[in-house]
This record gives sequence, structure tokens and C-alpha cells, in this order.
Amino acid sequence: MSTEVHRHLDQELDALRDAVLRLGGEAEAALQRAMDSLANRNTEEAREVLEHDDAIDQLEVEVDRRAIDIFALRQPAARDLRFVMSVTKMAPVLERIADHACNIARAAIDLNDEPELNNHIRIQEMGEIASSMLARALDAFTRGDAGAAREVINRDAEINSLYNQIFHDLIELMAKEPSTATRDARLLFVAKHLERIGDYVTDICEMTVFMAEAAIIKHSHRDDS
Amino acid sequence: MTPQATFTAPKFEVKSHASLRSAATKIAVEHLNFFYGKTQALKDISIEIPERQVMAFIGPSGCGKTTFLRTLNRMNDVIPGTRVEGKITIDSDDIYAAGADVVDLRRKVGMVFQKSNPFPKSIFDNVAYGLKINRVTSSRSELEGRVEEALKDAALWNEVKDRLKSSALGLSGGQQQRLCIARALAIRPEVILMDEPASALDPIATSKIEELIVDLKKQYTIVIVTHNMQQAARVSDLTAFFLLGKLIEVNSTEKMFTAPNEKLTEDYITGRFG
Repeated sequence: MSTEVHRHLDQELDALRDAVLRLGGEAEAALQRAMDSLANRNTEEAREVLEHDDAIDQLEVEVDRRAIDIFALRQPAARDLRFVMSVTKMAPVLERIADHACNIARAAIDLNDEPELNNHIRIQEMGEIASSMLARALDAFTRGDAGAAREVINRDAEINSLYNQIFHDLIELMAKEPSTATRDARLLFVAKHLERIGDYVTDICEMTVFMAEAAIIKHSHRDDS
Repeated sequence: MTPQATFTAPKFEVKSHASLRSAATKIAVEHLNFFYGKTQALKDISIEIPERQVMAFIGPSGCGKTTFLRTLNRMNDVIPGTRVEGKITIDSDDIYAAGADVVDLRRKVGMVFQKSNPFPKSIFDNVAYGLKINRVTSSRSELEGRVEEALKDAALWNEVKDRLKSSALGLSGGQQQRLCIARALAIRPEVILMDEPASALDPIATSKIEELIVDLKKQYTIVIVTHNMQQAARVSDLTAFFLLGKLIEVNSTEKMFTAPNEKLTEDYITGRFG
């Protein structure tokens, strides 16, 4: 290949990287804002999260389109192949994280009309861990740092453990105070969305390890309890 | 991955493919050096080529891959001033040993070149040529049978069976190349060396040659030199990367094109060389 052809390939790979990082940034912001709308009882902010979801979907389509072009026209190999493969698998995961953020925003809209429950605090703690994991996962991807990605994967256990505690607390509360059952159930769904986001962040980190080391580690470390 | 500034003699990875694990070594090369006069073209090449597999040699122009291919049936012997050091064995027989029969070697190791080179004779005579000069067959019917078998093995029989007496020069480029493969197959070699066999062909003719290569490996050990990396990826089980006369890496083709061990290989495969 000529230098000119290399330059074009590098530009296309850079554009793909930019697109997936924009998607990641949008998913991160959606999660942050959904959790803020729940913490601050800000229904307006929750609605903005929902309104912005179409733009996130379009970013996923842009990533797909760019990746397909590179596969079709450049036939990437070795590290380029692993990068494009990882990005194509990451994009739908990021889009789903944004979908979960939307579901949290919908729950916030419903919950903001009701009296607040104490469990909000634990849910916020879960949200902070999920947000921090996502930010670090995207950072590890940007730097191609498999070690940092593995550290993020190890944090998924924290979210799972917190989810189990919140689940038991809310079930207990439902039994004790049946009048709170609807709110408890909504919070339970929020906790479940955050737990799923933890799993998706783990998926992203697995792609980063694959991209950096060509090692397929998925299904080798999961604690799906 | 850790970039490596230097490289050592490549080692086989444990292959994921069951047939690669079980394949016996057909050709073993140990510390091969090759010189054109004072110029060293191959430097300390050691490699094992397994039986009934396709191995592709890749690398930039002038890296020594064709020179190496030609050492495997002593085709370089005809070039004055060349010198070989080291050892090449085929089925444990040292092909450069004193007294080794070169004619017998070339019967065992057939070759197909970049440009098809049919003789200005009929299609039949082209395939029958090697059989006649080697006096392989004892009767006309046996000769006809071997020609038909070779043309069928080269996936050309159906296209030429009704015009075997026509000139080979009237065939298309792709058909001529398959005729040359049939000519090589007629004497029933064990190894087929191919030097960029599809480089002058259109995509359809190339596809037929590639399908043929994959089919032929059931019976033959095939070594192919190619500049087309997608072709190497499509047809070969193993790939060897050469640079400046050195063998940088040999690995399963799958590993080579997804996660090569050497940074030099990765740079070449991703087109970021030099």
C-alpha cells in the first residue's frame, strides 16, 4: 500500500474511534443525567435524557456505517482488525447502556411525583459506581490499556453485591410497608438497570482486552449471581 | 503486545486446528543460507512444512520468498554462482546431499510459475509431456487415463474434454494456468510449489485457482508464494513472513492475520511498512 493509502486508512480508523468515543461520551452523560434527575427529583432533566436518545441511536448507526466501510474497502488485519471488531461490538453495548439510562429516567419521572424513599441513597451509590466504571472503561479503551480494563471488570462484583443488598432491603420494605410497594418496585427496576449497566461495562472492557492483547476473556471470569 | 526490536528463529505455535496438530512434517529446512555470488539472499532459515497443508510465503519484493521456494526443488541450481548452505529434507531425504537425484526430486516436487507457460502444442500433449519424457506410462490408454485424471484434478476437464487436440495457446489465461497445474499433477508429485500462480489472472480465474488449491491439499503438500495477502488468508493453513532474507514468523494463517507474534509481521500485514 502507498503512503497515501495508509494515511486514508489511518484517517478512517481515527474517525471510527472518534465516533465510538462520542457514543461512549453520550451514554456516559445519559447515565449521569438520569441518576441526577432521580437524586434531585428533576423531571425536566429526565425528559431531556429521553429526548436525546434518538441522537445516541444515530451515533450507533454512524459507527456501524464507518466500520462496514472499513471492512469492505480496507480489509483490516491484525491490530486494525481487532480494533474495528471491538468497536462494532462496543457500539450496540453503549447504545443499550443509554437505553437503560432512559429507563432510569422514566422511573425518575414516576418517582418524582411520589414521596422519596430512603433507599435512594444506596441506589445513588450504585449509580456512582456504574458511572465511574463506564468512564474508566472508556478511558482504558482509548488508551488500549488491557490492565486498566481488567481492573474495571473486577469492580462489577461491587455493583452485583450492592444490587443484592438493595433487592433484599426493598423486598423487606414491601412486606413491612405495603403502601410503598409501587415505589419500591420502581426503585428495584432502577437497581436492576444499574446492575445490567455494570455487565455491559464489563463487555466493553472485554473488547478492550481483545483489542490490546488478542485474548478472548469473555465468559471466563463472570460472576453472574 | 510487546514490540520486539530483534527476532529469533520462529517457532510453531500450538495450532487450534486439529488437522494442523496432526500433520506430519513433509519438508524440514534447517539453517538454510543461500548466496547469489557474494550476496546472501537467505539467512539462517529454519522451518517445517507439514504434509497435505497449504503454506503461504508472504513478504515484500526482494525478501527472498521466491528464492526460498526455488531451493525446495533445486531450481536455483541452474543459476551460475549460487551457493546453498544448510539442510533441506523431504520425507527425511536430504535433497542437497551428494548424489541426490535432481530429476527424481523435481518429479516429486512440481512447480507452477507466475506466468502460465504452456508449450505450443495441443492441450493433450501439454499434459502428456512429462509422462512421455519420464516414460511413466506403458500404453496409450494408460497415458490417456493419466491425462484425463490430471485435467480433472486441475478442474479443467469439463472445459477442454471436447478439444484435447486443440492448441493450448487458444485457452484463456486462467485455463492456461490450470493446464500448467494439470501438467505438474500428471506425474503425480507429492509437493506442488506455486510462485504467484494467480497474479496475472482476473478475479473469476483467480477464484478457480484458489478453489483448486484448497481441493488439491487433500492429496498434495502445497507451498505458495503470493503478494496478495487476502489470497494467503483465503487458501493457506500456515503463513510464513519473510523480510530481507530472514524468516520473521511462521504461524497458523488465522493467528497471523488476527494477532501475529512479531511487530514486523503486524506492520507488514496492516500495510504500515517502512
